[in-house]
Amino acid sequence: MRVPLEWLAEYCDPGWEPERLAERLAMTGTEVERVTRAGTPSADGFVIGHVSSVDAHPDADRLSVCVVDTGGGERTIVCGAPNVAAGQTVPVALPGAVLPDGTKLRKAKLRGVESDGMILSETEIELGEDADGIIVLDGQGAPAPGTPLGEVIPLSQAVLELEVTSNRSDCLAIFGVAREVHAVTGAELAPEPWAEDAPAEGEGALEDLASVTVEVPGLCPRFTARVFTDVSVGPSPLWLRARLIAAGQRPINNVVDITNYVMLLCGQPLHAFDLDEVPGGELTIRAAAAGEKLTTLDGVERELDAGAVLVCDREGPSAIAGIMGGRRSEVSEATTRVLLEVATWNGVNILRTSRRLGLRSEASARFEKQLHPALTMRAQHLASRLLVELAGARLVPGTIDVSAGEPEPRVVSLRVPRVEALIGMEVDGETCAERLESLGFGVKLRKAKGGEIAATVPLERDSDVRREADLIEEVARLGDLDKTLPSTLPSAPTVGGLSREQRLRRRAEDVLRGLGADEIVGWSFADAALGDRLRLPEDDPRRRLVSLGNPLSGEQSAMRATLLGSLLDAARLNLSRGAERVTLYESGRVHLVESGAAAVLGRHPAPVSEPHRLGLLASGAPARSWRGEGAPVDFFAVKGLLEALCAQLGAEVEVEAAPEPFLSPGRSAAIVLAPLDDEGARGDPVAAGWIGEVHPLVARSWDLESAAGFELDSGALIAAAGAGRERYEDVTTFPPVHEDLAVVLPDEVSARELRERVLEAGGELLVSARIFDLYRGDQVGEGRRSLALQLAFRAPDRTLTDEEVAGRREAITAAIGEVGGSLRE
Amino acid sequence: MVERIEQIEREAAEQIAAASGSAELEELRVTHLGRKAELTGILRGIAELPADQRGPVGKRGNEARQRLEALISERAAELDSAELESRLASDAVDVTLPGAPAPPVGHPHLISRTRRRIEDIMVGLGYRVLEGPEVELDYYNFTALNHPPGHPARMSQDTFYVAPGSLTQAAMSAARAAADGGGEGGAATPDEELVVLRTHTSPMQVRAMEAQEPPIFVVVPGKVYRRDSDATHSPMFNQVEGLAVAEDITLADLQGTLLEMLRGIFGEGREARMRPHFFPFTEPSVEFDVSCFACDGSGSLADGSRCGLCKGVGWIEVGGAGMVDPNVFGFVADGGYDPDRVQGFAFGMGVERIAMLRYGVPDLRRFLDNDVRMLEQFS
Repeated sequence: MRVPLEWLAEYCDPGWEPERLAERLAMTGTEVERVTRAGTPSADGFVIGHVSSVDAHPDADRLSVCVVDTGGGERTIVCGAPNVAAGQTVPVALPGAVLPDGTKLRKAKLRGVESDGMILSETEIELGEDADGIIVLDGQGAPAPGTPLGEVIPLSQAVLELEVTSNRSDCLAIFGVAREVHAVTGAELAPEPWAEDAPAEGEGALEDLASVTVEVPGLCPRFTARVFTDVSVGPSPLWLRARLIAAGQRPINNVVDITNYVMLLCGQPLHAFDLDEVPGGELTIRAAAAGEKLTTLDGVERELDAGAVLVCDREGPSAIAGIMGGRRSEVSEATTRVLLEVATWNGVNILRTSRRLGLRSEASARFEKQLHPALTMRAQHLASRLLVELAGARLVPGTIDVSAGEPEPRVVSLRVPRVEALIGMEVDGETCAERLESLGFGVKLRKAKGGEIAATVPLERDSDVRREADLIEEVARLGDLDKTLPSTLPSAPTVGGLSREQRLRRRAEDVLRGLGADEIVGWSFADAALGDRLRLPEDDPRRRLVSLGNPLSGEQSAMRATLLGSLLDAARLNLSRGAERVTLYESGRVHLVESGAAAVLGRHPAPVSEPHRLGLLASGAPARSWRGEGAPVDFFAVKGLLEALCAQLGAEVEVEAAPEPFLSPGRSAAIVLAPLDDEGARGDPVAAGWIGEVHPLVARSWDLESAAGFELDSGALIAAAGAGRERYEDVTTFPPVHEDLAVVLPDEVSARELRERVLEAGGELLVSARIFDLYRGDQVGEGRRSLALQLAFRAPDRTLTDEEVAGRREAITAAIGEVGGSLRE
Repeated sequence: MVERIEQIEREAAEQIAAASGSAELEELRVTHLGRKAELTGILRGIAELPADQRGPVGKRGNEARQRLEALISERAAELDSAELESRLASDAVDVTLPGAPAPPVGHPHLISRTRRRIEDIMVGLGYRVLEGPEVELDYYNFTALNHPPGHPARMSQDTFYVAPGSLTQAAMSAARAAADGGGEGGAATPDEELVVLRTHTSPMQVRAMEAQEPPIFVVVPGKVYRRDSDATHSPMFNQVEGLAVAEDITLADLQGTLLEMLRGIFGEGREARMRPHFFPFTEPSVEFDVSCFACDGSGSLADGSRCGLCKGVGWIEVGGAGMVDPNVFGFVADGGYDPDRVQGFAFGMGVERIAMLRYGVPDLRRFLDNDVRMLEQFS
């Protein structure tokens, strides 16, 4: 909302600098986006001039050489306007004056004749769009030459650009802002400008000229109409145009300008019809039929749905109610009779229709906030007076008023002690009453026990102030909160903290960082084509994404179901920007179509499942150092990271070969974790993610030579984590016995299977079995390999005897034999 | 004979002291203490000596032998040590070479670092941390936060809607049930608008209150989404929500809490201020600012120029807050939140905005680049 200070000052003028007023408004709830100036940056250098003579320019057909009296004497000004004539009173910019575009006017030679100033047209001082001729200020009481122009027409107006919150439709009106300024500065408020109506001197009976039928009273609680005759349509006076322009409206003609002016002043939109273009003067307000079409004032043909409301005449729709008028009956130069509509519409419906049409207007922005029906007559009064005064119109007596009944003014009670109870600072009853009164509330202070105020809500605040809490807000916001409110802390009776899951997730992130990975935060959005790039088969359930009904772009049309896309994107970006290698991790959510997988707080389940995951991706060249190249960035490099991660959280992790479409065959596995219950017992292992080398075709799609990574469900990791659940175990009284074992094994038997067999055969006494060497070669033969294990045997209650260990070793040897392996001699 | 022993001892001691290497020392040991050594011979021949000499010669000979043995081992230790030192000296390295292999160093993302910082501050103030759904019901994102269907405040947030066809039947039925239970107008919500990407972390206020009776003190960090993308708006960003409800929590408590939090984030000595504002789910509502840490709230820098961070105002806007609107309590009244009995505050703020202010990041979009050259600036 643009509020020209010159206009505001007519109703409330604290005499403050605009910046000070802006600051005060901001601290009481009305944000001021900026303070700007409409028109010229300054009024200096602009004066009234009197044209003494006009002669043709010797060297230019279209220029005239004028002698102009500007008070301090006469000066020569070259002018290009066709309408300049001797005897005119005109606005003049003297050398040194600064024009709205910032140009500083200088003396200049125009085709050899020096011009000592400029006679102004409307466009040059942003008063209008008429660039063809100069402004002529003739007529009664023409100001004397040399009078500062700023005293005659508004120049260089300060404009407050308010950011009005959606509850304050009253501040979408100059008078509403004036009331607010009155309340926050204490400056006097002028009487309401709509108090007085225009004299009704038009001829004819209203009922013969116009009639209104409202078919949808629920959507149109009130419709008022007046008729004006003898209207002469023409340009508005300069002062009115200046105010409209400063407020951001384009002047059109006096009738339309008056409707805009009144809307800006009192917040109630109006619409003027050319009565002669409304056949029979009959208007019907009805719901639109689906698909019905109408060309609005902006020249666009609009297709409506059944929810929209139309103002129609016998020939069809002539306006979209509350949003925009139609072309057919708009006021033109030829108009002599005007039907002035001021109505109240259903705000929810206006909002819905304007959203659906993608059409917002000054009118709809006000109607959608639900105006009070009583505001209509305010606007009728104001507009009638202006039409009579400025357009020579005569008001036909009476008002057509189709109303569903006006609601009683709302009365809300305020228990004074509740103010202190809610804001934490005492405000006495008198102060509460004063503040509410300054905001236009009718106030009755009942001196009952503790004090209670009955506040009658101003009509323009009707939809905003409904409850005690709303009154407390009004009282609080005028109370210099920033200076007076104490800062206290609640006596929190709860103990704060992170949940175990949150703590362990943080630990996991810290571990990954400690292992050298950089954290990324990827987009939650995914491209629907990601499934193709990841080579997912058509029937892969991971192709089914949670998708958006109104995405910003195809690349962000769905929600990701894997972290891999984000990791690959980040890897590509960094390698293309010169990084030699990256190890990236993300700790974030994916969004899966299955509902109800994860427990979510609240009465209603979450629509989708959003598990948290830990993803890691490494790509690029092995690390270089002066001691030689590091290990390659491959499956085992990332498996080492996975194992370290799990070990740090006390989780036992296994992987088992499993294909993934986006991983290299043979270097692709499922991560398996066994959840741990509260007693420390491990449950059945569950699949918790994937690990592997990215398929070369997938890597290529992201311009990567190779990459390896994993994606792990955080919930499964934390369920398997022993961290925080450990118990002390005695390891010093009975030390373990260590033995190394070299096993020759067919290639088909995995290391994991070997280890499991060994652990099973070793029984309770075998507390660990770690693979520490791998050998292939002639000595073990084709299709076989040798794996070395370090075994540790221990009993918690005794020192093991050689016989006991030997017995276990025999059992282990036998178990190895069962899978085709043998001890290597 | 005794004289001879003493002479041998004297000469041998000199030679041992002069020995320059362990090999030479070994030779001397053989020469003087070996089986063929003179001293060994003397001691071996004691029995053949006259009786009166046997005692003195034996005693003296053994003394000499013991002394030489001691001298040799002493000298051996000296020589070992010297040889070790000289070997070490010749094995010196250039200590200024970098460590190798260099363990890689990972870096946190600024968003998670900032988020953790806020969480930690609030945990210290007695709050628990909750997370909630990002794909959320319209009911929680709007209706139960006092944005009834058709409310203009819904317009101010450009909402992403989730296509009903991409959800399960069960999810859509549950979403419909929630909307129908949301009072007037809920039933009119079309399927296309039942499920949204949450536009703020505030829906968790309602979920948290449904799940726990007052008193409740929680913060909710997480991603939020708005259909808006330009230099100052990202369609995805992070917020932290705070909610405190008990019987006697006041606006002054909100101000004190914000002050503690902002000092924790931006440093001791910062001040907080609240400006009245409007949000549908709080009443009264405020926006809150922190005093500028670049100019210490003065609006101008040491050289007198205007502070660029706060644009000369001395204050920087951080987020929105207010006292929980009674209508919001109305949606959870049967869970112990009788609006006449409990009251509390809620606040929300953008994590990116705080990180931008705190670390001087000029553009919101840099956070989603994930450029390691940026990540590596922050440890």
